[in-house]
Amino acid sequence: MKTNLKGRIWKFGDNIDTDIIIPAIYLANTDPQVLGAHCMEPLDPDFPKKAKEGDIIVAGLNFGCGSSREHAPIAISALGIPLVIAKSFARIFYRNAFNKGLALLEADLADYAEEGEEIEVDLGTGIIKCKRAEIQAKPIPPFMVELINEGGLIKYLKKKLED
Amino acid sequence: MGMTITEKILAAHSERERVEPGEIIEARIDLALANDITAPLSLEEFHKVGASRVFDEEKVVFVLDHFTPNKDILSAENCKIIREFSKKYGIKHIYEGGECGVEHALLPEKGLVVPGDVVIGADSHTCTYGALGAFSTGVGSTDLTYGMVTGRIWLKVPESIKFHCHGQWREWVSGKDLILHIIGMIGVDGALYSSMEFDGDAISALSMESRFTIANMAIEAGGKNGIFKVDEKTLAYVKDRGQRPPRVYESDPDARYRQVIDIDVAALAPKVALPSLPSNVTDAEKVSHLEIDQVVIGSCTNGRIEDLEVAARILKGHKVAPYVRCIIIPATPAVYREAMDRGYFSIFLDAGCIISPPTCGPCLGGHMGILAKGERAVATTNRNFIGRMGHPESEVCLAGPAVAAASAIKGRIAVPGEVM
Repeated sequence: MKTNLKGRIWKFGDNIDTDIIIPAIYLANTDPQVLGAHCMEPLDPDFPKKAKEGDIIVAGLNFGCGSSREHAPIAISALGIPLVIAKSFARIFYRNAFNKGLALLEADLADYAEEGEEIEVDLGTGIIKCKRAEIQAKPIPPFMVELINEGGLIKYLKKKLED
Repeated sequence: MGMTITEKILAAHSERERVEPGEIIEARIDLALANDITAPLSLEEFHKVGASRVFDEEKVVFVLDHFTPNKDILSAENCKIIREFSKKYGIKHIYEGGECGVEHALLPEKGLVVPGDVVIGADSHTCTYGALGAFSTGVGSTDLTYGMVTGRIWLKVPESIKFHCHGQWREWVSGKDLILHIIGMIGVDGALYSSMEFDGDAISALSMESRFTIANMAIEAGGKNGIFKVDEKTLAYVKDRGQRPPRVYESDPDARYRQVIDIDVAALAPKVALPSLPSNVTDAEKVSHLEIDQVVIGSCTNGRIEDLEVAARILKGHKVAPYVRCIIIPATPAVYREAMDRGYFSIFLDAGCIISPPTCGPCLGGHMGILAKGERAVATTNRNFIGRMGHPESEVCLAGPAVAAASAIKGRIAVPGEVM
C-alpha cells in the first residue's frame, strides 16, 4: 500500500450507509468493475463517471453503517479510490476496508476541506494537509498496521497456514 | 472489578482469566455463518488461501435466504457455488429450498446457537443471537473466511452500555418499539464499537421473540453486539432445540459500563422510524397522516410466530386498504407451518394479503416487494435507508407488526386502537 497520497476530494455527509455505497440490487455481482459502476448511485448516479483514479472520499460520522457487505469497500476501490477519511466509521465497514486493502483514516477533515480541492496524506504519520489546515488523523491501531504490512488478512492467513 | 457477560464469554473463548475493553484478542468461534450474498466472496477468498478444509464441518452454516427463490441467473449461480462447495467440503448445515428460512430466525430455531457461544456471521444482523446470551456479531466475507479456516476471529473487546428497562408494558407495545425508542434516543452511532446489554424486569417479561428483535437491531445503533441475561425463558427455548449444552454467563454486579441508561417502558407508545435512518423515531400516532403503498410483515426482525399472531389479531375481519399491497413473510418453514396450523393464513388471505415463502428479499430491495419511485412502505424490517426497498425516491417507515397491520387496513400509518 502506498503511504503518501495526493488526491482530489469528494465530500459526503454523515451516516453514509452501505446501501448508498452499493445498493442491494447489484449484490448478486462479485465483479469489482460492475460494483464500482454503481458506487454511491442513490445519492449521485454520475459519481462513478466523475471519480478518477487517486481521488479521496471525505465524509462525516459513521461512514459505512448498515450491512456487512464487503461489496462496499470493493466498489470504492474499483473506482481507483485508495482512501476514505471520515469523522468516524461503522465497525464492520472498518474491518472490511482494511481486509480488502482500502485505507481509512479518522479525522474531522470534512469541516476544513472543500469538495474538489487537492489534499496530501501521509498514511504512516496520519498527517493530512488541505488548503486551510494541517490535521492529525487518529492513529491506525497497531494490529491493523501489522495486518496491512502482512498484505491483508488473506495473505496473513496464507502465511500462517504455510508456516 | 467484575466483568460483563460479553467480557466473560470473550475471555472464556480466548483462554484468558479476564479481558479488558479495548484489548485486541483472538477468540475461538462456535459457529460461522454466511448467506447467498456474502458466501460467494468468502469462498473466493477460501480458494485464494489454498485451504484444504473448513475448521469444523458441523460449525459452518450457509443459509441461502436473500435472493431466493432465485430472482435471476446471477443469484442462481451464486447459490450453485455454495452448494458445490458444501458438497466438496462436507458442510453439514446448508439450508435452501423448502428447508430455507431467514437465517437469524432459522439458526436459533434449529438449536445451532446456544447460550455462551461466540458466533460470527457475514451478515450485520448476526447480533440477533445475543437474545440467547451468546456473543454474536456481524463481519465481512474475508473475516468469515478466516473464521471458516481457523475457527478463530480477532476482535477488539467492546465497552458495554447497559439499558436497564423496567415498568409495565402497554398494550400493543413490544420489543420493536423499545429498540426503536433506544436507537432514536442514542442515534445510529450511539453504541459504535460497543456492546449493548439489556436487563431489568421489563426485559424478563418479554418473550424470546421480542428479545431476538431487540438484539437484531443493536447494529442499527452501531453496536458490536446486543446481549441478554440467560433466564428460565432462554433455557426453556434451548432445552428441546439446543444441539450443544448451554454455558450460562452473567454480568457481575460490579462490572464496568461506559454508561447505564434507565428506561421506563410504561411510557412507551407504538413507534415508527421515518425515512431514512432507524434513529428518526416518533410515536406512530403523531404521523397518522402519512399514506402508504405497501406493508411488509416479516424479516429477521419481526417474522416470527408472535409477530404473525399480532398481525392476525389485528387483520382478522378486516380488508387491506385499496391500492395497498400487504406482504406477509413467515421467517422459517416452522413458523410458516405453525401460522398455517393456527389458521392465520385464512385471516391473511381473507384480508387480501400476499403470503410469501421465507425470504429476505423485500427487506433489502432484493425482490418480492420492490417499491416504485415516490412509493412509501411500512415495514417490520430493520433498515429504512435511502433506496433500501427499491427506488432511491421511495420511502420505508419501520414499525412493529401491530402498527404495520393497522396501517395495512387504513392505507396510512395507523395504531391498532384505530381498527380494534
